[in-house]
Amino acid sequence: MPIKLIVNGRPTTVDAPADMPLLWVVRDLLNLKGTKYGCGMSVCGMCTLHVDGEATRSCVTPVGSVAGKKITTIEGLSADGSHPVQKAWMDLDVAQCGYCQAGQIMSAAALLAKTPKPGDAQIDAAMDGNLCRCGTYLRIREAIRKAAAAGKA
Amino acid sequence: MDARPIAPPAEPSGAGRIGRRSFLKVSALAGGGLLIGLHVAPRTAHGQPQPEADRLAPNAFVRIASDGTVTITAKNPEVGQSIKVALPMLIAEELDADWKDVRIEQADLDEAKYGDQFAGGSVAIPNHWLPMRQVGAAARAMLIAAAAQEWKVPAAECSTSAGRVHHAASKRTLAYGALATKAATLPVPDPGTLKLKDPKEYRIIGRPLPGPDNLGLVTGKPLFGIDVSLPGMLHAVYETCPVYGGKVASANLDEVRSMPGVRQAFVLEGGTDLAGLLPGVAIVADSHWAARQAREKLQVTWDEGPTASQSSEGFARRAEELWKQPPARTLRSDGNVEEALKQAAKTAEASYSYPFLAHASAEPMNCTARVAEGKAEIWCATQTPGSGRELVAKTLGIPEENVTVHLTRIGSCFGRRLNNDYMVEAAAIAHRAGSPVQLLWTREDDIRHDFYRPGGFHSLKGGVDASGKIVAWRDHFVSFGEGERFARGASMSERDFPARFVPHYALVSSVMPLGVPTGALRAPGDNAVCFVVQSFIDELAHAAGKDPLKVRLAMLDAEVVPAPAGNNPLARFNPKRMRGVYEAVAARSGWGSRTLPKGTALGLGGHFCHYGYCAVVAEVKVDANNAVRVNKVWTATDVGRPIVNPSGAVQQVQGSVVDGLSHLMGFEITFERGRAVQSNLHEYTPLRISETPAVIEAHFVETDNPPTGLGEPILPPVLPAVTNAIFAATGKRIRSLPLAKLGYSWGARA
Repeated sequence: MPIKLIVNGRPTTVDAPADMPLLWVVRDLLNLKGTKYGCGMSVCGMCTLHVDGEATRSCVTPVGSVAGKKITTIEGLSADGSHPVQKAWMDLDVAQCGYCQAGQIMSAAALLAKTPKPGDAQIDAAMDGNLCRCGTYLRIREAIRKAAAAGKA
Repeated sequence: MDARPIAPPAEPSGAGRIGRRSFLKVSALAGGGLLIGLHVAPRTAHGQPQPEADRLAPNAFVRIASDGTVTITAKNPEVGQSIKVALPMLIAEELDADWKDVRIEQADLDEAKYGDQFAGGSVAIPNHWLPMRQVGAAARAMLIAAAAQEWKVPAAECSTSAGRVHHAASKRTLAYGALATKAATLPVPDPGTLKLKDPKEYRIIGRPLPGPDNLGLVTGKPLFGIDVSLPGMLHAVYETCPVYGGKVASANLDEVRSMPGVRQAFVLEGGTDLAGLLPGVAIVADSHWAARQAREKLQVTWDEGPTASQSSEGFARRAEELWKQPPARTLRSDGNVEEALKQAAKTAEASYSYPFLAHASAEPMNCTARVAEGKAEIWCATQTPGSGRELVAKTLGIPEENVTVHLTRIGSCFGRRLNNDYMVEAAAIAHRAGSPVQLLWTREDDIRHDFYRPGGFHSLKGGVDASGKIVAWRDHFVSFGEGERFARGASMSERDFPARFVPHYALVSSVMPLGVPTGALRAPGDNAVCFVVQSFIDELAHAAGKDPLKVRLAMLDAEVVPAPAGNNPLARFNPKRMRGVYEAVAARSGWGSRTLPKGTALGLGGHFCHYGYCAVVAEVKVDANNAVRVNKVWTATDVGRPIVNPSGAVQQVQGSVVDGLSHLMGFEITFERGRAVQSNLHEYTPLRISETPAVIEAHFVETDNPPTGLGEPILPPVLPAVTNAIFAATGKRIRSLPLAKLGYSWGARA
């Protein structure tokens, strides 16, 4: 069935079953591959994107439940890497394999949008749903602090 | 504890392998420019060198275009170990390029051109340290020669800096781009005549340089295997028997075929090799989601085979039985352990065990394949693309040269992707389906069909003399395998520490059969045995009332049998280097000189593997509810010098500590009825950010040895450092893992 979405600022209609997870809609129907599959049950955070600005696990979000809403994927954060969180991630060379980092960045960007100067406990709370198997957590913390210091996140 | 096999068994390797079999060659670039390659004598699939004259192909590691752009080929798969920047740095340094002019390109599989292309065993830096620098130095020498001809001056009067050749006396200078076309016409110098830089002159090596894919990663570019998309590509899932190697007796294919979006559903016969194509049911659909929905309806009756009765409980019971029986094998026996135990001032006995582990790679297994007209084209995240090509060719019955493999970035793997089972599945499904196919495993497939780090069981006895010196040690190691053969990743050897450092020492073993596939996981063998050995040393130290650090240093000072000579001196355990990292970590952590609150203590562990020496101290707090908080971890590591890329190096250290903490607390695969019980990351739980120590210090003891790898040697000592700290804090000795099973959990940040 046709479902209307606003994806990275662009009105989009997808033909998908209403129960199809948003993850597979953006990856396989819209060919936006930045959002990653990790677990399919909302425990790893690799599929995190924004729905109306809220960090959302797209692997358990039926596309039918977000009809008409604003979806922002990693590709929509900024295409040139100019968002303060993206810049901090590059400046600190956060990624090892990099697979989880789109989800990490989307969680961090949502955190900073609401809490521009988060403390360690707030960073932990916002980021605890995002697993990184390479163990880049210390640089993730540092990058969030750096992006926060840069302001305007 | 000389290094264990440093590469997967299917991928024989050795330090300097490329250096011994290579020479340099140059070509002109179409449109102007210089192309220089390290030509490598090809190896057969079994690693035997072929005659020099056979099949030499042009091989490009460096291209210098007329506009000055220097393109460097990254030959190995990138799994997060930063090799995609580290090897090009070696070339760029000796080329004296300006790093801002350097572009890095990932190579496809072509081992005749590039030499071995694999990720594993922490061998990339030691194997490439010399040959990659020679590639750069040769190009630099040719650019100098071109400038010297141009200016009609002796080459010896010319120098280089940041992508330019200079002639100081006449104050002339030319950019590499302007010289590249001429340089391409000049002879390639013999690598033996090249003068490499004094490390004091390094401007690129030793700088913390970022990965070349960082912009792509933070903007969501399709870099990984899972991101490949081909025109007309269909999506496949593949269900194999939950008991490894079981066959399909029947399946409701017609019902599956009637599901929305499903194009095909079929059975693949497969074989019996657990690392090859196994029997199963493929569902090919328009989208991954449609294939997965159809799989929900799939009902397969399996012929589960003879291992369906195996279980983790059964393994543990069998280990207890085997410990009571005489061991099947004696791997090493020095002195007289029984007599020495009688004479010892203090003795200890204990049994240790550790579980099977899955790798839980971030990116679930996947592969994209197109098979048509006797040719296969593969896009795959794999650590061993060459072995994968061989397996695909053999399984499809086509020549290896008809299989093209494109290397994608890899969403971590820790050894899981040394196996190419998912690659051959994708190829076989694409072959049968007649259209390009992307096979994607679910996380459940990934956790339940791994090549697991095998569990193991150790029954130990040890004795200490009145001076605190360990004089007797016996380990009855119960593992998996048959007869004289250990299952993959389930071995110990006569070289394992503390052999040669205890005068009365015995390592004996017994094995039981196993139907579960096993394989290498980051620091294979070492990641488990180090926990046992370093814990039992700690037990003996405490039994004797001695400082665990001093007991370790005394052991190293009392080498009783010299290290066996081998071809590779780096593989020979050097107790002085081990002593150096213990002393460094002790000094930095304030070992023995700090007063800590009740319930908080330091623990120590150390290990040598993959040429690297690492000692770890963990500061750990344990509360009354057995909540464990690792406040801080200090590491001291000797992997020679220089540290090629400090950014990647610190990442490997911090990542290994985090990985080790995952092993400790949340990682365990158990088996019932021949199959894995755990299914996803809610039951197999990697460390999270809130559980991560606030500080993980990465200190490098830079000794005068050639640089070696960092992917593996840090992890093993992390585990005993923490469990020894738990003992120091609580008096409770941890003799089995994971901690979660013993009632521990991670505690909140202080």
